Amino acid sequence: MTRPTHHVPPSPMEARVQALESLLVDKGLVEPAALDRIIEFYESKVGPRNGARVVAKAWCEPDYKAWLLREPTAAIASLGFTGRQGEDMVVVENTATLHNVVVCTLCSCYPWPVLGLPPTWYKSNPYRSRVVIDPRSVLREFGLDLADDVEVRVWDSTAEMRYLVLPERPGGTDGWDEAALAAIVSRDAMIGVAKVQATSEGAR
Amino acid sequence: MNSVHDMGGMHGLGPIAPAPDEPLFHAEWERRMFALNLAAGALGAWNLDRGRHARERIPGEVYLAASYYEKWAIAVEMLCVETGLVTAEELAAKQADLKASVARTGHERVVRPERVEAGLRRGSSAKVDVAVAARFQIGDRVRARRFHPTGHTRLPRYARGAVGVIDRDHGVHIFADAHAAGEGPQPQHLYSVKFDARALWGESGHPKDVVFIDLWDTHLEALPTGAAA
Repeated sequence: MTRPTHHVPPSPMEARVQALESLLVDKGLVEPAALDRIIEFYESKVGPRNGARVVAKAWCEPDYKAWLLREPTAAIASLGFTGRQGEDMVVVENTATLHNVVVCTLCSCYPWPVLGLPPTWYKSNPYRSRVVIDPRSVLREFGLDLADDVEVRVWDSTAEMRYLVLPERPGGTDGWDEAALAAIVSRDAMIGVAKVQATSEGAR
Repeated sequence: MNSVHDMGGMHGLGPIAPAPDEPLFHAEWERRMFALNLAAGALGAWNLDRGRHARERIPGEVYLAASYYEKWAIAVEMLCVETGLVTAEELAAKQADLKASVARTGHERVVRPERVEAGLRRGSSAKVDVAVAARFQIGDRVRARRFHPTGHTRLPRYARGAVGVIDRDHGVHIFADAHAAGEGPQPQHLYSVKFDARALWGESGHPKDVVFIDLWDTHLEALPTGAAA
């Protein structure tokens, strides 16, 4: 990689990563075109729309939902969502009296095939440190004020199991088809820091 | 190791501040670093667990201040040098001048562009098909070990010494703590262990709340039936 001299100088991190890439490429350890393909895959082929399809299907088809809760990896794979950081899945269901929320306190484990790459806040020191000790105040910061009689279950992803929250289907959606339902299922609801709203645009 | 990465339960790390409509990557170098980590990791010079341990070995003050992909960059540089993929001199030469020439070594496991998508869609499960007896059954009360290894461990500090209940058996998995140390996979049962918030946090915990943590046989001690927490 060469950089025309009339450009502004790179930032320290930009220069550092350029040096690393250039070194690994020159050594014959990495192919730049493979890096492009990796980036393209995560920018265009995986993301929370995948998880939203899983959730919407579970809301519409009781048999699929039962399978999803019993054999989540296989049920999710049946929709074509497989692979790295989602090899072994667990799906946890929210109800009126039980709310699940997912974290990785030790690093940033997240179910890539169904949710894509995690948002910065999920990987941040404040979320990782706080949600296990004080989940209710964290959820309030996300606008979710849970009643005292709701059980909060925090899932700390300390191994290679990856967790997807199956949110509650909101009222006012009777008769909606899967596509319409998938459109309102937000990423945050599948992490467990939000509920799905019938009026929301979803797609966050 | 008791490093700052093991931050569950810490106070004082600031507000969460989610950014609406955040892009997947914030700069081109983050994109390249994300992909470099996967492509370099695929060479097999280190495994996922050793990769995590490298990020944990970043000095605490650097770790807390660094952005996410900065930590990846620091860790991949460390791993490339430690495993001999590159030398520290080669890295320094490239950092001084991108045109610096280095000797090509090649590698039999270089990721080819045409294989990227299939590889990512396949992944690599840590679950292994090995018959290993489970030390615990669902419903057993267990105590998370109170230990302070200086190497990698997936038993967070906030759970050590606490009593919980085996909620699920995830089957036999590569044991991350050993795998990170180059001690082989040491396959053993992995469980979802359910801890009452009060068992972890005392009075600070909400009486209805629970935390589930995935822990391996090695992390857990049997409690006699009916033993007090």
